Amino acid sequence: MKPVDPRLWREAGAARAFLVGTSVLGGVTTALVLAQAVLLADVLAGAFAGRTVGALGPALAALAVVVAARSASAWAGETLALRAAASVKSRLRVRLVDHALRLGPGTAAEGELTVLATRGLDALDAYFSRYLPQLVLAVVAPCAVLVVVGGTDVLSAVVIAVTLPLIPVFMILVGLHTRARTERQWALLERLGGHFLDVVQGLPTLKVFGRARAQAAVIRDVTDAHRRATMRTLRVAFLSALVLELLATLAVALVAVQIGLRLLDGGVSYETALLVLILAPEAYLPLRRVGEHFHASMEGVTAAGRVLDVLATPLPAVPETRARVPAAERMRLEDVTVRRPGRDRPALDAVTLTVRPGERLVVVGPSGAGKSTLLSVFLRFTEPAEGRTGFADVPPDEWRRSIAWVPQNPHLFAGTVAENVRLGAPDADVPRALRLAGAAEFVAALPQGADTPIGERGARLSSGQRQRIALARAFARDAPILLLDEPTAHLDAASAAVVRTAVERLMEGRTVVLVTHDHAWTRAADRIAKIADGRLTVRAPQAMWS
Amino acid sequence: MTAAMRRAPLPRLLAFACPLRAGLLVAALAGAATTAAGVALLGTSGYLIARAAEHPSVTALAVVVVTVRALGIGRGVLRYAERLKGHDVAFRVLGDVRVRLYERLAAIAPAGLRAFRSGDLLARLVTDVDAVQDLFVRGVLPYTAAVLAGAGTVTACAFLLAPAAGALAAGLLVAGAVVPVLTCVIVRRSAVRGAAARGTLTLRIADALVGARDLVAFGARDAAVGAVRAADAVAAAGERRAAVASALGAGLGTAVSGLTVWAVLLLGVGAVRDGTLDSVSLAVLVLTALAAFEVVAPLPAATARLAETAAGARRIAAVLDAPDPIRIPARPLPAPSRPVTVRMRGVGARYEPDGPWAVRGLDLEFVPGRRVALVGPSGSGKSTVAALLLRFLDADEGAITVNGHDIAAYEPDDVRRVIGGCPQDPHLFDSTIRENLRLARSGATDAELLDAADAARLLPWIAALPEGLDTPVGAHGTALSGGSGAGSRSHAPCWPTPP
Repeated sequence: MKPVDPRLWREAGAARAFLVGTSVLGGVTTALVLAQAVLLADVLAGAFAGRTVGALGPALAALAVVVAARSASAWAGETLALRAAASVKSRLRVRLVDHALRLGPGTAAEGELTVLATRGLDALDAYFSRYLPQLVLAVVAPCAVLVVVGGTDVLSAVVIAVTLPLIPVFMILVGLHTRARTERQWALLERLGGHFLDVVQGLPTLKVFGRARAQAAVIRDVTDAHRRATMRTLRVAFLSALVLELLATLAVALVAVQIGLRLLDGGVSYETALLVLILAPEAYLPLRRVGEHFHASMEGVTAAGRVLDVLATPLPAVPETRARVPAAERMRLEDVTVRRPGRDRPALDAVTLTVRPGERLVVVGPSGAGKSTLLSVFLRFTEPAEGRTGFADVPPDEWRRSIAWVPQNPHLFAGTVAENVRLGAPDADVPRALRLAGAAEFVAALPQGADTPIGERGARLSSGQRQRIALARAFARDAPILLLDEPTAHLDAASAAVVRTAVERLMEGRTVVLVTHDHAWTRAADRIAKIADGRLTVRAPQAMWS
Repeated sequence: MTAAMRRAPLPRLLAFACPLRAGLLVAALAGAATTAAGVALLGTSGYLIARAAEHPSVTALAVVVVTVRALGIGRGVLRYAERLKGHDVAFRVLGDVRVRLYERLAAIAPAGLRAFRSGDLLARLVTDVDAVQDLFVRGVLPYTAAVLAGAGTVTACAFLLAPAAGALAAGLLVAGAVVPVLTCVIVRRSAVRGAAARGTLTLRIADALVGARDLVAFGARDAAVGAVRAADAVAAAGERRAAVASALGAGLGTAVSGLTVWAVLLLGVGAVRDGTLDSVSLAVLVLTALAAFEVVAPLPAATARLAETAAGARRIAAVLDAPDPIRIPARPLPAPSRPVTVRMRGVGARYEPDGPWAVRGLDLEFVPGRRVALVGPSGSGKSTVAALLLRFLDADEGAITVNGHDIAAYEPDDVRRVIGGCPQDPHLFDSTIRENLRLARSGATDAELLDAADAARLLPWIAALPEGLDTPVGAHGTALSGGSGAGSRSHAPCWPTPP
């Protein structure tokens, strides 16, 4: 975790432009701070020498101008920083979603990524508007102060020059110690959020089993554990605050005492002493502010780093398209084996299968036998570890254009019914697709028909209704190959009958692979395959029924 | 309802800290002392130098020299104490809020949760509750410390030159309260707009990532990324607009502090001329004023934080104030004894007071040993009957009795102990298979779990898993195949043996 992650600058042009702008403003601010100190010392010394307000007029007027300029510079700097942060967050967020979707489904934990893309990246605000400008000032201001103080009083400059470098040294020492812990804290916080959400979403289930109240104690324990762990980290992390304050204020005290004693001996003038005293804290202030913002802004850097890690994951290679063989003639698997991480037994074990064009193949098997994995291979969500397929030389996106898929748990998107039906075919005839899917009736009964928003994840619809929308989606897609995953599981008898009729209508004239544990579907099959423990055996329908 | 929400949500959250007020006070005093020490350091140093310029003897300065050094050391120690104590208190309050919110959610679930969308809940519960911690560390503590330290500084200056102290007080007030509040008012409108845009953005991102399979299969990936990009453009544009306004606060703050020092300088120089102020005190006064704005430096950020937290506090209060979907008896009857007879007479229920009836005029009787099958198309009210019997919902008409007594006279958990349920889409928790199976009976041994798994025909599948019962199921059971997930879901309700 570096304070300035080089990948961030490569990734976001807005960040680079900001760095230039904030550096320029840092220089301007420093110059104004010096001017203000010189003018203040001048006026105070003048009054000490007995000069009148009238005689000090020009200096007082100049001071007012400097104050106005400093205000403008502060306003411009903060605007610049917040706008840059908004641009950088926006770019990282969109790139993250885009890249995660290109990497393929199921490669990353979606809940974590959602938090990362929203709340996680928001921490970059502090990084841009507080940390980076202070970092620039922390380099520019102390150097400028040293030059000015050195020009008037060498001994004070030496005191400042000796104590200043101690601040970054201590900061780095403490930072090294807390780095790993801060990263762990972030992961812990994320898991805590995930756990809380999981429990809340499962509240109905917990209540049925009378466990809802017990979970309150679990949440308290988890939160307490998190507090104790965080406080352990903070006890060390705040040492940096202690050391920084101590060094900065002690150094100012040392400068004040030594220059006061030399003033007593007549070694320096009153005006010089005042200038040094006013400027000395200005050398430490930016460094102290960097320390203050370090903790909060590193959260943003960590989040950005995690986004950049996802973006650095290479995309799977896309093959060049070769011979234009129709998709329906490519439904071939030869000795295809799929392994899942952490499982001894392959999910698919040397499966050989050819689905003929226009054929209806029903694959039956118990839970966990590999049915969904088989569809996943045809959908190109899963690349086989071994074996050959008839479609490996087609780019996945192009291949999927020939496929309509009815998943077991279709995801319905926030939007209208019509938008959900049009998912795979933007120009589709929605009323026709709904009618064919047996959904026309209940959709017409919704307040705004097909234009009714269906709520997040289809919250307003029953499972049967959702399944029929998924079927309408497949009708609208009108693709030569149809893949179905347990189309009638979890449905009541009436819904299942409607869905069954619609599925049979949908299968007409298409190449179909239907996976199910429900043997009733075998009646609709041209051929039947059985799958068990990842091994597939094909049989004729008669063999099943005899 | 609106009246309850108007009862200032922020003070309600602050009330959570009441048991910890001693700790909060210690943190605030330490914070005030920290800033005061910084201000005093520069003021005292100013005195040291101005006095030295008059060339007195060294002994006249000895006390001042020691004071300057002590202030230099004390500040660091005080800062450490303030930060540590403040965070500790904030984390404790955070835990209380989290638990209280959960208890309330548990009481109103699932019927009372219909108003919340799940993505919203994610933002609501993770962000809002975490923001409570900020409320204290970055909101309440800086204000308390600033008020204490600012009052001390102004009082000290008043001994030197009253008009200058007045100018300083006015400047601190404007920089510490007026400017931040003004900024908040400017920002509020865009923040309200921004909240809607943020909600849409979170929803679009969650939709795109959770629905990735459907999107990719149907070639709609680019459309979904486009939707995220569009929502993001709106949100980012809002943030950029808000940036100009909130940055204006930074500029105004610098202007106010600069002008105040300028005014104090002007007044001081004039007073020296009039002889009402000696020139040593002038240096002390001006340097104190210069350092005094460090007192209010954290306040613009603190005010913004408070304003942000206010929206979150309102949402938390909305959950805490959500009406009970069921009546809970003050003195419940003892748990119904088995066997249990349940009767429903003319029962009607709906989810909102003016909403459509989910069921109406329902007569049903469940007597020991008999099985009643409830058949009907989706949406006909089957789930509502289950919700009524499981005490997730109260009947608005008619009567439901358990062993002859009103179902609402029992403790809801006691009712659920004798009326088992099988939710249509049970939630699989992101834990191991063992923990998910144990939901129904916390003390179950592995042997009992495996027996039950056998009854649900899950035993061969569990046996084939490399980690057996310790296999993690993933969020929402994503690590399981559809069939086995459903299997272990439908399995869990086999546990209790309700009559």
